[in-house]
This record gives sequence, structure tokens and C-alpha cells, in this order.
Amino acid sequence: MNDRGCVKTPVAAAASTVPAPRPPREAAGARGRRTARGAARRTGGWTPWLYLAPALVVLGGLLVYPIYQLGLISFFQYTQAQVSGGEPATFEGFGNYAALFGDPQFWQVLLATVLFAAACVVSTLAVGCALAVLLTRVRAVPRLALMLAALGAWATPAVTGSTVWLFLFDPDFGPVNRMLGLGDHSWTYGRLSAFFLVLLEVVWCSFPFVMVTVYAGIRAVPGEVLEAASLDGASQWRIWRSVLAPMLRPILVVVTIQSVIWDFKVFTQIYVMTGGGGIAGQNLVLNVYAYQQAFASSQYGLGSAIGIVTLLILLAVTLVYLRLLRRQGEEL
Amino acid sequence: MKLSVRFAGLTALAALLATACAPQTSSNSSSDKDEKTGTLRVWLFQEVGNAPKQKVVDSVVAGFEKAHKGTKVDVEYIPIDTRAQRVKAAFNDPASAPDVMEYGNTDTAGYVKDGGLLDVTKEFGDWGEAKDTDPTAKQSVTVDGKLYGAPFYVGVRALYYRTDVFKELGLSVPRTMDELASTARAIRAARPELYGLVVGGAYTYGAMPFVWANGGELANGKSGSYASGIDSAEARKGIKAYTSLFGDDNCPAAKCAGMGGNDTISAFAAGKAGMAIGGDFSHTAVEAGKVKGKYAVVPLPGVKSGSIAPAFAGGNNIGVLKSTSHRTLAVQLMEQLASKKTQSELFDAMGFLPTFTDVRQQVARQEPFVKPFVRTLSAGTKFVPASPAWAQIDSSLVLPTMFQEVISGKKDVTKASDDAAKKMNDAFGSAG
Repeated sequence: MNDRGCVKTPVAAAASTVPAPRPPREAAGARGRRTARGAARRTGGWTPWLYLAPALVVLGGLLVYPIYQLGLISFFQYTQAQVSGGEPATFEGFGNYAALFGDPQFWQVLLATVLFAAACVVSTLAVGCALAVLLTRVRAVPRLALMLAALGAWATPAVTGSTVWLFLFDPDFGPVNRMLGLGDHSWTYGRLSAFFLVLLEVVWCSFPFVMVTVYAGIRAVPGEVLEAASLDGASQWRIWRSVLAPMLRPILVVVTIQSVIWDFKVFTQIYVMTGGGGIAGQNLVLNVYAYQQAFASSQYGLGSAIGIVTLLILLAVTLVYLRLLRRQGEEL
Repeated sequence: MKLSVRFAGLTALAALLATACAPQTSSNSSSDKDEKTGTLRVWLFQEVGNAPKQKVVDSVVAGFEKAHKGTKVDVEYIPIDTRAQRVKAAFNDPASAPDVMEYGNTDTAGYVKDGGLLDVTKEFGDWGEAKDTDPTAKQSVTVDGKLYGAPFYVGVRALYYRTDVFKELGLSVPRTMDELASTARAIRAARPELYGLVVGGAYTYGAMPFVWANGGELANGKSGSYASGIDSAEARKGIKAYTSLFGDDNCPAAKCAGMGGNDTISAFAAGKAGMAIGGDFSHTAVEAGKVKGKYAVVPLPGVKSGSIAPAFAGGNNIGVLKSTSHRTLAVQLMEQLASKKTQSELFDAMGFLPTFTDVRQQVARQEPFVKPFVRTLSAGTKFVPASPAWAQIDSSLVLPTMFQEVISGKKDVTKASDDAAKKMNDAFGSAG
């Protein structure tokens, strides 16, 4: 099978590029340690790979093989009829991709997804970081309350959260309209207002991760540094900008990338809260679009093509982001 | 130059890789075996309040096992929400597939194309009871002139209205579509807390009668060569009639554009609407609501006075899977499950409308509630195109999108129906 080849090939290739063993050094006494290291290197160029093997096998099985299958299927006319053997699978080349890129709705949905995800990431990070800082400033009881509230939001399944959120904003029965005195204003009818409502839910259910992670990061920052900064007369904002944020950089990188990936792939919230993409599909995002266009009607080939495109976009976004950080001269 | 050579090489490699190992397909050929004993597996839908259905089925099964020595029937009730996945899995893995199954009648063409259902044209023809099957129900098991199952029950929609509201406002039951609209507005004007006629932008089967009554069609042609008819002048008239009901004078677009069929029934059952388009299957939900005892049902009026708007004939069928190793027995069990006797018992137990014309007349005499539904059925019903493309059109929400575009003012009727017709034709073109 090809899949196994795919896993092993990079291993073998990498192993062969390990430099040839150096000639043994003349050494004695204090240099003994070095010799031992050299010997280990000489005899076991592939030892690291041996240790890595279990992880690589798991990665290969869980990551590389499905992506390989996804890519493969995206080149075929592959629907339920082909899966269950009603018709033979035919090779389409880039046919599925051509169909996808030729659909003006796809570009519209892609743009909406990018903007919506960006708004979600920025809001989530802002709320998460602000509350993390707040956590370090309050006493034990309010801190515990805030933590519990955040963990509750975090633990709520997306479907439940979306349904409850939708009920809160219901034009007929929702408490929010009653409190704001909006009568029977419908939040899901307008495009932006529907996106805004979903954004609130997404931020609500994903800020706890940012908050808890950043909070842990802040607690790890030595107290003297912060004390020194405040003795120098730095304001709270200044401390965050010039001391905390740079020290927390690795953590912020991780939560940002996580948030980008999550928010780009948001499905449940849009699907539940806008009834599968909003009025006339105005609130479609890439994942819901893929589900409607491809998976619900068993067009797996087209669905795989959308999956590959999403994967490439996310990979590109992540790489560009990491590259930008590198350029600023920061080690990760 | 160099780049293009490398690119060509890569493409060739990719093509080679891809063609060398095509994705997996299942060998779901029809089984040659026709065993006369053993276990038959049956999948039926798990209804809300399934116990009465189970009781009827159990007695059919007991009779069948008694008549066929050495056979055992294993009935499993599958959840309706996840049926699509279950059925796909069954087609992919014949070993775990049932012999006989219940399926929604709009799925027929898709399942046939997937290669999952057995052609029972001959057996159906030989079956004595089959001659009384209602033609629309028969059409719902037919693909390309062949039959792939037996109709199990039909579901049809009619007009629910509030008797108390009509009496209070001195309104009479509408006899034409125009009267329907004016009555709806009159209710809303007098009782602003109610929707006149509650309608939904995502309620395709509530909207289609307006298109059909005006002479429009979803699609024209026959299997293999369908073309969308949603952009015809008649269809546009119907779309206009339906979408004009969305507005502050009947059902405000901001609230109603997103509603589906269930939402409209919930609103009616909760006493928030003067009228609604609901099915015989909505009866239980409405009875459980606030309006119990304060409503009645009539057929949805057509364009001319006294005519009935063609309704969508929904419902379920019973089919035999191609992969069965008990062909004869499975077909016999299918006939037993869809027989006149079973259907009439299921009507008593569950309220499912029988697919046999004579049985239907008989139950209508016993149960006055179903009369308007039986009248609607007798007036002639319509069905979705018998094409596998329908599943795609349905799941990519082509028609709800069209209605919602008009309702929200994003497009006019002409543009929205042109776009919908184009999407439908693309689907017909690719799926046949």
C-alpha cells in the first residue's frame, strides 16, 4: 500500500542525509565525554528516528494518510453512487477544483469567512487577555467566580451554547430584546447583525482557553520584573505592552494560531444560529458551505476539494504568521 | 521554461499516483443467493411515540414467521435524523445491511442511483393489492419506469385555520388563493399580535402549492433529461404570490423569512397565527398546543374558486435492498408490511394515511379529521423530480434560497428564479 510508503519515505530519506561518521578523535582523560558522544553519533545515526518512530507512525496514520486520501478523492468524481459501487469512480483531474473556483458564491463565502474569522480572533484575544490580566488583579473569591464562569462557558457544548444564545436573542421570547426595549427586533435577519450575534457566541465559548492559558503565562512571569516596571512608574497598559506581552509572546503565538484555526473552521454556531447559513445563504462560512454543497448531497469529491483548499489556506496563514514573527527577530 | 517542465512533471506524477490507486469503492452487486430460511433484518423509522407502530409491526412479523417456517425477522427502529448516514453505511457494507427498509419517498431516485435498492417491478405487478395503489404514491417508488419498493404511507398538507378567530372577525373560509391572502391580511389587521397566514421562507413544501396552483412546475421532462421549470412565467406567478405574504401586513419578513415548516406549525399551535399550512402528520403537534379544539382544516384553495391547490405528496416507502440474500422472502415481507391490512392498522395506531385509494376512503369515513387531507390527495398531488439530482438540490437549499432572496429584497422574482433554475439545471446535468 502507498500509505505506508508515504510514512516511511521521509524517515529513510532523512536518515540517509545524516552526515557520514567523522574519523575518531585521539582522546583521553577530560575528552572522554566527547568521544562517547561521537561514538553514539557514529554508530546510531538513525537512533533519533527510532525514538521518533512511534510518534511518526501515529502522525502518519492519523494525519498524513487521511490528508492523502482527501487529496486523492478530490481528483475523482466520487459520490455515494461510487462509494457503494453503483457506478465506477472516474478520474476528473482538477475538475472538482475548477467547479469550485468557478462558483462565484465560493469567493463570496471565502471572503466572508476570512473577515468573520479575523473579527473573531481579534475579539477573542482581546477579551481573553483583558480578563487574564483582570484575574491577576482581583481577590480570591471573585477570581474563583470568574474562573468558574469561564470554565462553564468552555465546557458548554457548541450546540447547547448556540441554542441558548439564540433563545436569549429571540425576537418573541428573548430576554435581551425585552431588557433593551427592542420589541420584536430580529437579530438574525440582517447579515451583519446575524454575524455579530454568532461572533458573540464564538467569543463567549472560546475566550476561556485564551484567558486560562494567558493567565498561567502571567503567573509564570517573575514578580520582580513587574515590580521593577511599576517602580519605574509604568502604567498598567505600558506594563502589558512592554513587559508582559513580549514575555508572553510564545503563549500568545500559540493561542493566536489556535484561534485562527478554530474560528476559520467554525461550523456549529453558524449552522445552528443562522439556520444553516442565514437568509438566502448570507451567513455562510466555508465549512457550512462545504457541508451544504458537498457532504449533505454526498458529493465527496467536491467536498474533499474544499477541504484541501481550506487546509492550504490555514497552512499558508500559519506559515506567514510564523514568518512575520521570525522577521521581527524573536525566537519562538 | 524550467518551471513549467517541473510543473508538468509534478502534474503527471500526481495523475499517475491518483489513477494508480483510486479511492475505495464497495462491491455492492446484487446477491445471487435466495435463501428460504434464516434471519431477515428490517429497518423502520423510529417515530415520535413509536410504541403503537411497533405493536402493529410486531403482529405482522409474528404472522410472517408463522407462515414461513425457519425464518426469523429482526426489526430495528432507526432514528430519522441520522437515517442518511445509516443508509449510506448500509450501502457501503452489504454485510451489515438490512434486507428490507423504510425510506423517505424523496430519496428513491438517489438510492437507486447509489445502487442500493432492488428492482421489484415484476413482483409488484403480480401483487394482488397493488392495483388499488394511488398513482402519485406509485410514482414515488418509480424510477425510469421500474419500481423500487412499495408505498407505505403518504403525507399531505392542507390549510389549518382558527375557528374562534374566524368567528370573532366574521370571516369566511377562503375559497381562492387571492381570498387566502386577503383573509390573512384581514386577520393581521384586526389582531396585530397574530400572523395572518404563517409562512416560512425555508418551507419549500408549503410554498410549492402556490407554484403548482398557478400552473408552474419544479422541473419538466422525465428521468435522465430533466430541466428546471422554476423560471417559467407560471412558476414566477406562484413565487410572487407566496413571497407577497411576507410583510408587516401578514408575516413580517424579519421573522418569517428564516422559518421552516416546523416553525410555522409551532407558531400556529402556540396560538400565534390565524392560519397555517400543515400536514396530516402535524395533527398531533397542533392538538398538543394551545389551539386544541379551536381550529379546523380545509384543503388549501387553488386559483379558481372551489379548486384545490396541488399539494406535495410526501410519505415513506418500503424497499428491498439489492444485497439481500433472501430475495423471495424479503419481497414477501415488504408486501406484508405495506399491505392494505397493515396500512389500515397503522392509520388507527399512528394516523399514517394509507396509499391505497380504497383503504383511504374507508378510514376517512371513520375519522372525519382526515377528510380534507383525503380530498387534497384525490384532487391530485405533485411529486419532486424522480432524479438523484433532487437530493443535491434539496440539501444545497436552492429553493429556500430563492424564496428568501425575493423576500429579503436581495433579488427580484425574475433574477432569483433564473439563478435557481441555473443551479437546478447544473445539478440535473451532473447527476442525471
